[in-house]
Amino acid sequence: MPKIDVEHLSRLAQIGLEGEELSELYENLDQIMRMVDQMREIDTTEVEPLAHPLDANQQLRSDVQTEEIDRELNQAMAPLIEDGFYIVPRVVD
Amino acid sequence: MHENKWEMVIGLEVHVQLATQSKIFSGAPVKFGEPPNSQACAVDLGLPGVLPVLNEEAVKMAILFGLAIGAKINTHSIFDRKNYFYPDLPKGYQISQFEYPIVGTGSLTIDLENGDSKTIGITRAHLEEDAGKSIHDAYPGMTAIDLNRTGTPLLEIVSDPDLRSPEEASAYFRKLASLVSYLKICDGDMSQGSMRCDANVSIRESGSNKLGQRTEIKNVNSFRFIEKAISYEVNRQITIVESGHLIKQETLLYDSEIDETRPMRSKEYSNDYRYFPDPDLLPLKLSEELINSIKNKLPELPEFRQERFIQEYGLTIYDASWLVEDPELADFFEATTESSNNAKLTANWVMGELIAALNREELKVSESRISPEELAELILRITDGTLSSKLAKTAFEKMWEEEKPVDDIIEIYGLEQVSDDDEIKAIIKEVLESNPKQVEQFRQGKEKVLGFFVGKIMQATNGKANPQQVNTLLRILIK
Repeated sequence: MPKIDVEHLSRLAQIGLEGEELSELYENLDQIMRMVDQMREIDTTEVEPLAHPLDANQQLRSDVQTEEIDRELNQAMAPLIEDGFYIVPRVVD
Repeated sequence: MHENKWEMVIGLEVHVQLATQSKIFSGAPVKFGEPPNSQACAVDLGLPGVLPVLNEEAVKMAILFGLAIGAKINTHSIFDRKNYFYPDLPKGYQISQFEYPIVGTGSLTIDLENGDSKTIGITRAHLEEDAGKSIHDAYPGMTAIDLNRTGTPLLEIVSDPDLRSPEEASAYFRKLASLVSYLKICDGDMSQGSMRCDANVSIRESGSNKLGQRTEIKNVNSFRFIEKAISYEVNRQITIVESGHLIKQETLLYDSEIDETRPMRSKEYSNDYRYFPDPDLLPLKLSEELINSIKNKLPELPEFRQERFIQEYGLTIYDASWLVEDPELADFFEATTESSNNAKLTANWVMGELIAALNREELKVSESRISPEELAELILRITDGTLSSKLAKTAFEKMWEEEKPVDDIIEIYGLEQVSDDDEIKAIIKEVLESNPKQVEQFRQGKEKVLGFFVGKIMQATNGKANPQQVNTLLRILIK
């Protein structure tokens, strides 16, 4: 079985992990993956993939504007705002 | 560089902003150009406890597009989460469709410069939400985030790697733009980012069936730039391979100011998106009745309209394809022709003077200062001999400036063509008499002198003499 790259995963999830946390998490994930492997042994060729446990159809809404935007309220919890923008540490493409 | 040695393999992913009244998963407005963060509600902001509810109109628009490209509409499709972190994506994931998109395989036929056409396969089209906007240069050392665009419905249209040149790629992009404006599912305003394009580009030795390593150029929003970006990228890849190096799979940005592609730096780990079905959204099941009811609403598509223009109006393929690209322009042409009864002349005026005038002032067809009926009146004045084609141009300019009907303009500026034989004869005689030397030259066989006389006669009539009559009468009188 391929080794799980916990560091890569933590980077993707933006969760900072160090030393013991990494090995602990590795153990956990390894166990989960072993369970997944066990499930993979079941023959599912005849089974339709299930995306959602509820057997219901997606409800649609009419295309109308129903929301009034209260920017001040929405931005009340933001650490830094300027001229209506959210201001974050610089990220560059 | 031995460009013939190499074949380009290009596939495009085009993002079309759907022209709905509200967001794809919320009832927030979608207006462009509003103050920052004034169009995003709690759902768009990804606040805890909110749930997405799918916009019915966005679904119908996706179906309409699918039907227009002859695609299979999947009656069962699924929304997935595409996970990555970026400040303009507040939820930490984009709701998209992955394994089960709403629109399956279809195709689009493009017209090539040499007059041939080529069918480009479309792999799929799926619904997703747009992200917000990051502004990097407004605040020193910081990035400003505007989430107005967040949650705007997008249809992502993925082509097969069937395109073989930058020109084909641009023609395909244009054709899609034309199609979505016929379907009225997108406002088509490229400058507002209504259509954006990513290009997957690779090269291989001509004749080879193997695909080379590809790179992806992100976010190009003009027909011209997509052509230039791909040209640049292909040349870059050829240079690398010919110097014995390997192409690296990477995501590039095209900088139109310096005409260059360069690698994107920030989304380093972003190509591991860990898609999974969004538990907040149930599978989307579509009934055949719904699909059929949308099928009945399909408008006349550009290629059929082009064929009709050729058959019904006797236009050339070139003129017809030119006119049908923008549905508003095609409507203008048809409305004008209805009253002018001269399709060829109308086509020339629409594609010539009208387009030039619109472009000069950066106006849309719907904002034209001259209506189809008014243009038809002008054309009728040409066909009935009142206006020479030269004076008609002057009349058009005056009509455009003063927004007055053609007959008023003709009267005000005295543009009426002189077609009275006696009147023209009198002028010709006058001109001949005052230039005896040139008359002698003509009689000695110097045909060229005729041009000199025509010029003099036109000058004497302020360009108003009917040129055909001048020619005929001059030849008679000079002998």
